[in-house]
Amino acid sequence: MSEKLLEIKNLKTSFRIKDDYYAAVDNLSLSVNKNEVLAVVGESGCGKSALAFSVMGLHTRAKIEGNILFKDHDIANISSNDLNNLRGNEMGMIFQDPLTSLNPLMEIGDQIGETLILHNKDLSAEKRKEKIIGLLDKVGIPRPERVYKQFPHELSGGMRQRVMIAMAIANEPELLIADEPTTALDVTIQSQILELINELKEDMNAGIVLITHDLGVVAEMADRVAVMYAGQIVEIADVHTLFESPKHPYTRSLLNSVPNADKAQDKLHVIQGIVPALQNLPREGCRFKARIPWVDDSEHEENPELHEVTPGHFVRCTCYKHFDFPESKEEQHGIS
Amino acid sequence: MWKFTVRRILIMIPQIILLSVLVFIMAKMMPGDALSGMVDPNVDPERLDEIRENLGWNDPWHIQYADWVGGVFQGDLGQSFRFKMPVTEIIGQRIVNTFWLSVATLVFTYLISIPLGITSGRYNDSLLDQAITSYTYIGFATPLFIFALVMLWVFGFMLGWFPTSGSVAPGLEPGTFEYVMSKIYHLILPAFSMALITTVNTVQYLRSEIIDTKQKDFILTARAKGASESRVYNRHILRNSLLPIAAFFGFEITGLIGGTVFVENIFGYPGMGQLFLESITLRDYSVVTSVVLLFGIASILGALLSDIILSLVDPRIRIK
Repeated sequence: MSEKLLEIKNLKTSFRIKDDYYAAVDNLSLSVNKNEVLAVVGESGCGKSALAFSVMGLHTRAKIEGNILFKDHDIANISSNDLNNLRGNEMGMIFQDPLTSLNPLMEIGDQIGETLILHNKDLSAEKRKEKIIGLLDKVGIPRPERVYKQFPHELSGGMRQRVMIAMAIANEPELLIADEPTTALDVTIQSQILELINELKEDMNAGIVLITHDLGVVAEMADRVAVMYAGQIVEIADVHTLFESPKHPYTRSLLNSVPNADKAQDKLHVIQGIVPALQNLPREGCRFKARIPWVDDSEHEENPELHEVTPGHFVRCTCYKHFDFPESKEEQHGIS
Repeated sequence: MWKFTVRRILIMIPQIILLSVLVFIMAKMMPGDALSGMVDPNVDPERLDEIRENLGWNDPWHIQYADWVGGVFQGDLGQSFRFKMPVTEIIGQRIVNTFWLSVATLVFTYLISIPLGITSGRYNDSLLDQAITSYTYIGFATPLFIFALVMLWVFGFMLGWFPTSGSVAPGLEPGTFEYVMSKIYHLILPAFSMALITTVNTVQYLRSEIIDTKQKDFILTARAKGASESRVYNRHILRNSLLPIAAFFGFEITGLIGGTVFVENIFGYPGMGQLFLESITLRDYSVVTSVVLLFGIASILGALLSDIILSLVDPRIRIK
């Protein structure tokens, strides 16, 4: 059993809508081991980014309950000073949209340099520049000396994401959070960036949390996968188990929705309905119930828990035992 | 950078030519002329026509325009009919006063607006922010000429803290320390009155820029790097929010021109604004055209200044 790097216990991240708080991440427990890539998948609005932001302590207006244990600190209750010492140093983050994530008025070198200045005060200006150029080179940026002096608008999206990665790994963090790092990039660049993260993971010795909704990315990168739905983890397993024997209806529906090049398909599989808005989320019973109406109510648990199916493979609710895709195409309510 | 500036200056030339044509035509279109109001009505109208003919006022407009422009290039803005002296000389005395009044107003404007804008933007929706926003709304709603009168009445007449007219106390030798101090003393009230009203634009602008920049993605990046809250504000939010304020600087000058016309008249401050209004009422059109031309050139220079400042502070513009 490998060592735990990050342990999240009963995390509840709630946002205020009008006068009430609604949990976007609801009672979630999860751990990330050293040298492991944990992928968190789920559709838009399931709370995966809220989870990532909670771990980085980036929420300014959310209410956070529970514990986020990392390196003798509980990020859920941490002083801003301690948090700033961790961020950029022990943990780094890569954001979704590299086009807007860099300060438009600062040279690339200065932006990466800021991370170094903040956490490594002894580094001389010369050494720092050397290190920044080394980092730029490491993330595959051609002519790093030139890019050092350039501004973000002079770089392409892929290059900017490489800069973001260089920034996140500048201080060799032990935990790297990548929040949909390839969503804003086009497909060819996506694979290059993933390749880069894969390469870095080898010599970085860090735990990586990869937030994504792209199952292709998951299959390529992850060691373990947590599937999130409506603020909860509905299934968690290592990547092989999850792809070979998915249990939860949501996981199976997701996997079923991926277009298959080998199989002739008339229509793509579509999961009925939509993710309910935060304030309309069912807080009791199986949260996925409304989207698989053909499964009988009695087959859901009243208070769905995570059940260990095989070692390390957890599934929420008992409904998975009775779930099957409807036979006829009409019942599926697919795209017409 | 140089290429940009040179090109930007070249664009100014047609702007100034167009401006001068417009100014000239408008001055000519004003009803009456210097002779119609100021001359003894018993003078024979035929004699007046003769004078007009001699002065070249009956020539076609483009010939008069060419004469005028030729004069302008030689530093000759014509003769003032009222003061019976060259316009350049009259303006020369006043432009210095207006210049210092504008500088003082700008200094007050930024001294007020930047701290207020930053506080208001950083702590938006707090009580302090609401107080500052209320002030800006009052500022927007208050006409400058009313406000300046109230200031003059309260601080000039009732409290007697500041002089109520003039730009310097009489009897002082130019160049002495007392002279400079007296100049500054005369400046404070008009400049401050104007600044209190004109600054509200900048306060509101800065406030909304800061609120806007706070939510940008790169602020998250800065926080994720471990930058402290004060560093995030000073290095990332503030710099990006000040961009439009810097760009606005040149246009602030244009706004000042309008302001000085009111304020100088109310405070009896002998500057260009006062001269402008007096000359209009007396049809001293050689002065009016010169003043309008100078105001226009100041506005064009202001816009140029804005562009140059923006290109200095915003790397995205430098490239183009």
